[in-house]
Amino acid sequence: MKTSAGSLESSDCLITVSDSSELKIVIESVVLEQFGDQIREVIIQTLSDHNINKIHVQCLDKGALDYTIKSRLETALKRRGENLE
Amino acid sequence: METIKRQNIKVIKNIDELFTLIDISLNRNISFHHHLRNGDYVLNHVLSKYKKENIKGINLFPSAIFPSYNMILELIKNDQINDITTNYINGPTAEYITKHGLPGKLKMQTHGGRARSIIEGKNKIDIAFIAAPYVNKFGDAVGYLGKNKCGSLGYCIPDSIYAKIKVLVTDNLVDNLIENPEINGENIDYILLIDEIGDTMGIVSGTTEITKNPIGVKIAKNTSLLLKELGLIKDNFSFQSGAGGVSLRVTKDLKDIMIKENIKASFFSGGITGYHVEMLEEGLVEKLYDVQCFDLEAIESLSRNEFHIPISASEYANPANENQVIKDLDIVILGATEIDYDFNVNVTTDSHQTLIGGSGGHSDTATEAKVSVIVSPLMRGRIPVIKERVTTITTLGKNIDCLVTERGIAINPLRKDLIKKLKDTKLKVYSINELANIAYNFTNIPKDIIKHDKIIGEVEDRTYKIIDNIYQK
Repeated sequence: MKTSAGSLESSDCLITVSDSSELKIVIESVVLEQFGDQIREVIIQTLSDHNINKIHVQCLDKGALDYTIKSRLETALKRRGENLE
Repeated sequence: METIKRQNIKVIKNIDELFTLIDISLNRNISFHHHLRNGDYVLNHVLSKYKKENIKGINLFPSAIFPSYNMILELIKNDQINDITTNYINGPTAEYITKHGLPGKLKMQTHGGRARSIIEGKNKIDIAFIAAPYVNKFGDAVGYLGKNKCGSLGYCIPDSIYAKIKVLVTDNLVDNLIENPEINGENIDYILLIDEIGDTMGIVSGTTEITKNPIGVKIAKNTSLLLKELGLIKDNFSFQSGAGGVSLRVTKDLKDIMIKENIKASFFSGGITGYHVEMLEEGLVEKLYDVQCFDLEAIESLSRNEFHIPISASEYANPANENQVIKDLDIVILGATEIDYDFNVNVTTDSHQTLIGGSGGHSDTATEAKVSVIVSPLMRGRIPVIKERVTTITTLGKNIDCLVTERGIAINPLRKDLIKKLKDTKLKVYSINELANIAYNFTNIPKDIIKHDKIIGEVEDRTYKIIDNIYQK
């Protein structure tokens, strides 16, 4: 199953999550050089907060701030039926 | 009635014929102007001939390089260009030079600095190829008439006087006299007649619309409030702003204040748009000193408004010219891709180190105006506009007075007078470091990615001082 949240507008990101037997994170970003590590960290932290470790996350980032990335990821997860507490 | 005998200038029907009269291989330092902006055909037309003849070691002096000037890139790839000296560079050529450099170097000047360099013989130009929309047989020319008109011809006036050989390139040759020509035929050597010098529609490049973006509106609002509190909006004040959406919004907000308080400005200078013309025709400003038209309304206005005056780059901003218009400028509104803790401003490269512009008149006006104001969002995407050190210095911090963002204002500590005037203000005034920290709270501090391995060019201020290097990405 593949679900998404967000957009490709400036300062937003489009996050798509799908089934995977391992943790896989793919990031494309207009600020990859400056903030690539930071974006990865936010995604890993958010997944870890919800005890999710087997998933494929694709993040197409247009310069979103951390809380945007976090909420887009959580919405995408909810859309695939994850029960986030 | 006394008639002055004028000499007809030799008219040449195609570029091959021109180079039977001029030895192309001995004339490799060549200049162009950018008044037709992205609609210019002349530069590509002339450089095609240099390509065909495979002339090597060309040094180019275009006043600016736009995305459509693709022959420059072809000549670079064909190893025919050595140095480029310009005031602004954008598009594929800029991206290529960022990655590969030039065999020689890229020198970025200011509009005023270019004029001075040509007049003082530091930029030695063999041939000036001058796109001229309306030319008579005596070689007089203006830019605001003709089928492909572009408005003021300001930037090429020094070229038209001081180049070794001056060639007007036109698609509109007339027999009648021209009153108050911008280009004086006495200086001209040849008229080259071609089918089309360009497309007027290409002049309106980028946005010349007032911004409706709420962040832009907030920045403009903060700016007009700041200018008012500094006591700068009063009768006979003078003002310059670019054609960017936020700058135009500031102009609009000032207009509202001026109407409400019955204030009349003395002049607006620089690049002129329809909004400036509107204010002239409504009697809100006495004169427009126009070095470049940014839209068709501005071009049309030049032929109907006596006090909309085209001026040369030297009259505009040559620091060696004691009558330069911007010496009397009270306020200038400017943009920034980056600004640093010392108020140095970058509009030459982006934060990824790619060439995306250049000073134009940025450093000129910031230096001369009584108050220079940078308007910018505090963050673009995730990149804070404030950095510890800008990627490339376009304008030295000592010449920048205020930074206005949507979340607050910073005043250069060198301007104690301005800080004093804002002592009791309700505006949000911070130190630039505090303002930077507000941004970092949202974005975090970006990783420094700038490479400093190979110098590919330099930024020359209007003083002739090299104020920064440009590095290969």
